[in-house]
Amino acid sequence: MPTLRIPTPLRTYADGQTEVSLGGSTVGEVMDGLVTLYPTLRPHLFNGDGQLRPFVNLFLNDSNIRDLQGMDTPLKESDRLMLIPSIAGGRE
Amino acid sequence: MNAILPTLSHEEILRYSRHLLIPEVGLEGQRKLLASSVLMIGTGGLGSPVALYLAAAGVGRIGLVDYDVVDYSNLQRQVIHGMSSLDQLKVESARARMLDINPDIQVDLYNEPFTSDNAMRIAEPYDIIIDGTDNFPTRYLTNDLCVLTGKPNVYGSIFRFDGQVSVFYAKEGPCYRCLFPEPPPPGLVPSCAEGGVLGVLPGTIGTLQATEALKLILGIGTPLIGKLMLYNALDMSFDFVNLRKNPNCKVCGPNPEVTELIDYEAFCGVPGHDHEEGTVGGDWDITATELAERLKAGNHLHLIDVREPHELQISRLEGATLIPLGQLAGRLPELDSAEEMVLFCKAGTRSARALELLASAGFRKMKNLKGGINAWAREVDPSMPIY
Repeated sequence: MPTLRIPTPLRTYADGQTEVSLGGSTVGEVMDGLVTLYPTLRPHLFNGDGQLRPFVNLFLNDSNIRDLQGMDTPLKESDRLMLIPSIAGGRE
Repeated sequence: MNAILPTLSHEEILRYSRHLLIPEVGLEGQRKLLASSVLMIGTGGLGSPVALYLAAAGVGRIGLVDYDVVDYSNLQRQVIHGMSSLDQLKVESARARMLDINPDIQVDLYNEPFTSDNAMRIAEPYDIIIDGTDNFPTRYLTNDLCVLTGKPNVYGSIFRFDGQVSVFYAKEGPCYRCLFPEPPPPGLVPSCAEGGVLGVLPGTIGTLQATEALKLILGIGTPLIGKLMLYNALDMSFDFVNLRKNPNCKVCGPNPEVTELIDYEAFCGVPGHDHEEGTVGGDWDITATELAERLKAGNHLHLIDVREPHELQISRLEGATLIPLGQLAGRLPELDSAEEMVLFCKAGTRSARALELLASAGFRKMKNLKGGINAWAREVDPSMPIY
């Protein structure tokens, strides 16, 4: 089953999970599964019309899904998805 | 970089002998380092290791931008500062330590916030810019400045146990905006002051930024251009992803909309500098002293603590209901809009967000405790610790 890594800032909305395994043959199916499992994550990831929000990056292995086929990108069992958040800390 | 490279004195040959022994650096490389210049934005968590290592490596000119003073709570991670420099300007404290390591370098101080008005002037003399700031407006400013001036931006960012490193160099690869076209809405990503950070994490990430800067100066190895490194200290995982130039990028794309520095605080919807932290503004704030007087007078106020459960081990207000900010949206039915509420957190930032969230849900009878429970500790109850 493909795995999806949840970054620290979003774990509050995902029961503190760092990684989840979700069934699905496309990126979109896995993401649907994710927000069904953790509904409070949805507004942080998607805007009203179901598009990934511009400050959210979703990578399949080492490639941005925007550079692949977006939500239609097909998945293999061994694939790893990673949500990459904007973080700003450093000086404080 | 200067075309004429300096020669090394006998003392310098001894000081840098471990560099001179590496074929990839050697005498020629050390001369490049001495002729190079780097601007460090921020002299806090990330800036500390960067400034220490670049000074030790013999980077000839290092600029430091920061407007803060050294605070006791900085010493857990900002290793360039110490007890002897408490309350001193951070840039001065950092320079003293750097010149103690290496008196032969030049350290320029910019004791001012880095803004659209001064960024071009400050950055002008430097070859490389290192982003060690702590807020989105300054990160977008640093990115756009580097794109517009053709300088490499050695990026590092941290949160709790996570770190990111990249080299955004629009001449050769993507920029920060290619990856993050827009900042997250205010409040989604807590700052380190609110969310915390493992003290050694900026050491790891800052040291990697210093490494990338030295590689760029020396022209050796493969810098992280077009790659983002993601580090997690708990898993001890280092992941690398490929970044591509975004053809629609508003600053480095072929048809840029951003051709000069803009108002980054407006762009990000948050203040970058010099704002009064922990306040909402208008009539929405209440001071700790006022709150204490009203409670003493017997006013019925529902105290809502929006911190995380583990923070209650440090300090707590009697009778307060704990609703962590992340849970607030889902727990609105527990609140009574007819009852007057006072929201608080550590320093007032999260409770200000909470108040905005409640206001958008129609709540009106509420106040934000200005300066948070720390203000209560300062003004009302000195037996309570400040964190």
